[in-house]
Amino acid sequence: MSVQTWTYVFVFLSFTLYIGIALWSRVGSTKEFYVAGGGVHPVANGMATAADWMSAASFIGMAGLISFLGRDGAFYLMGWTGGYVLLALLLAPYLRKFGKYTVPDFIGDRYYSQTARMLAVFCAIFISFVYVCGQMQGAGIVFSRIFEVDVFTGVIIGMAIIFSYAVLGGMKGITYTQVAQYCVLIFAYLVPAIFISITMTGQVIPQAGFGSELLDGSGYLLDQLDKLSRELGFATYTEGQRSTQDVFFITAALMFGTAGLPHVIIRFFTVPNVRDARVSAGYAIIFIAILYTTAPTVAAFARTNLINSVSNAEYSAMPEWFGKWEATNLISFDDKNGDGRIQYVGDADKNELTVSADIMVLANPEIAGLPNWVIALVTAGALAAALSTAAGLLLVISTSVAHDMLKRTLMPNISESQELKFARFSIFLAVLIAGYFGMNPPAYVAQVVAFAFGLAAASFFPAIVLGIFDNRMNKQGAISGMLGGCLFTASYIIYFKLANPALDSAEYWIFGISPEGIGTLGAILNLGIAYTVSGFTPPPPPSVQILVENIRLPN
Amino acid sequence: MRDTRANRYWQANLKLVLKLLCIWFLVPFAGGIVFVDFLDNYRFAGFKLGFWISQQGAILAFVGIILLYIRGMDQLDKKFSGHSDSSEPSNLEGVIE
Repeated sequence: MSVQTWTYVFVFLSFTLYIGIALWSRVGSTKEFYVAGGGVHPVANGMATAADWMSAASFIGMAGLISFLGRDGAFYLMGWTGGYVLLALLLAPYLRKFGKYTVPDFIGDRYYSQTARMLAVFCAIFISFVYVCGQMQGAGIVFSRIFEVDVFTGVIIGMAIIFSYAVLGGMKGITYTQVAQYCVLIFAYLVPAIFISITMTGQVIPQAGFGSELLDGSGYLLDQLDKLSRELGFATYTEGQRSTQDVFFITAALMFGTAGLPHVIIRFFTVPNVRDARVSAGYAIIFIAILYTTAPTVAAFARTNLINSVSNAEYSAMPEWFGKWEATNLISFDDKNGDGRIQYVGDADKNELTVSADIMVLANPEIAGLPNWVIALVTAGALAAALSTAAGLLLVISTSVAHDMLKRTLMPNISESQELKFARFSIFLAVLIAGYFGMNPPAYVAQVVAFAFGLAAASFFPAIVLGIFDNRMNKQGAISGMLGGCLFTASYIIYFKLANPALDSAEYWIFGISPEGIGTLGAILNLGIAYTVSGFTPPPPPSVQILVENIRLPN
Repeated sequence: MRDTRANRYWQANLKLVLKLLCIWFLVPFAGGIVFVDFLDNYRFAGFKLGFWISQQGAILAFVGIILLYIRGMDQLDKKFSGHSDSSEPSNLEGVIE
């Protein structure tokens, strides 16, 4: 069977499974819609958390970016997983004990303030939108590959499917669909990695193949990759190019940001008790680590294969995959010296080939000449990754609007069924807006997501941690901290990415920190402002102090 | 905190979390970023050590940290619920309300 047929088979089978689960677990109450009734088993929640959290950026974008960044790409690996540690140790158990539906619920109750609640609603919606755009773009790339159409049409198809799926599900449907999506995506990620590892190094485990000698006798994989990179004028793969402080700050920003992502935090509201929240965090990190330790191996294998198959090759003799990706504009070839061969080199004036980082994972099995069904499987896995994260994000947007904004603030008298209607309607609007941004994205998939992380780092993470660990923190401190952190981070990113992209280089950055890493400074600024302001204003009322003491104890 | 047992539980909890956060900070930031070039002088198999920590080792350390946390908190829960009034399941909550 052809790749196309296999792809249709896998995508059809996996979609039938997801929609089947969503139908089976349709919900009738807001508690089921928001937190799946609070009765999810820790293993199931661990898988759902892993799928929720591993986005299109993790699946499609990350290995590709590492392929082009080399060692510096580690900030994605360490940042995203390290933030998960903060989430598990500093937030998850306490927020589960708090036991409401959303992050703005916690902020609003802990800081006894509707202003703080609305600020949190605004941040949750903003972060989720930025993040969901990345998912839509990721899904668009995959669909454009399946149907061989442009990214625009792909995004439209992606919107339709994600929409029907998120509205049916609610949190209960989303949770069990995400369990299935985790299985699909991890299988789809590991199979090609294992295949490539065996063909290139003879090792079954890619993490071992990563440090092994190549079967063609040219020495260790990483040494060979370093040599190829140097010969073609690219940066040496295992050496860093960015400054140490920039890598440091980006890693930290991704960590604080991961810990502040509302769609991951609310996953811990769905388990029965505090101990289960801790245990499910343990399962989730194991499920996540399986993909995250495989990604850098895929990056190195794919990079080596790409260089070997395109460098100085005859353009007219390129295999089928090259033309297919050229049709999507994600690979482009410009024969500058007119010799009919592909010069793929570091020197921008002589280089003739541009490869988008977004396609490395998807094209990798084709470049390596793996069987057709493996190539098709990766497509199904990428869709699972994009859909599961998008569904989780859309749920945050809908709970923020229906629960936090309408029920808890503007229209406290609406009935539960009206609240559910509002929740479903807001998902509809959210998909439309996200789709628009998915078609007009500001940067690569993983970089778009990095912006959401910066904002989460500067707003939620400090506010929640202070709310749990400092019972003297009052509303004035928390509100001004969140405002200051967000404004600073957002204006830095907007200044360099939208207003003056020409100035986006190390000489103009504050302390040499790129916009991707500025969330760390935003978080520190948030903490500083919060402490200063709360020092000059009255302590929180006794009822709040009791609330804080209460969430610190597990039962 | 009005109750000393709840207070002791919280202090023990903080101590455990702080210890684990030290590992959380040292492995990636020191091993994978600040001293990475120095560690790259050491090799095992086909890896430079610093490169391996930044792309593999740090993630494995994070898994270890969370597993240690689950075990440590289970021990704490057991220790603090195993006191005199252990027959009462919600003894910790009872004292602060």
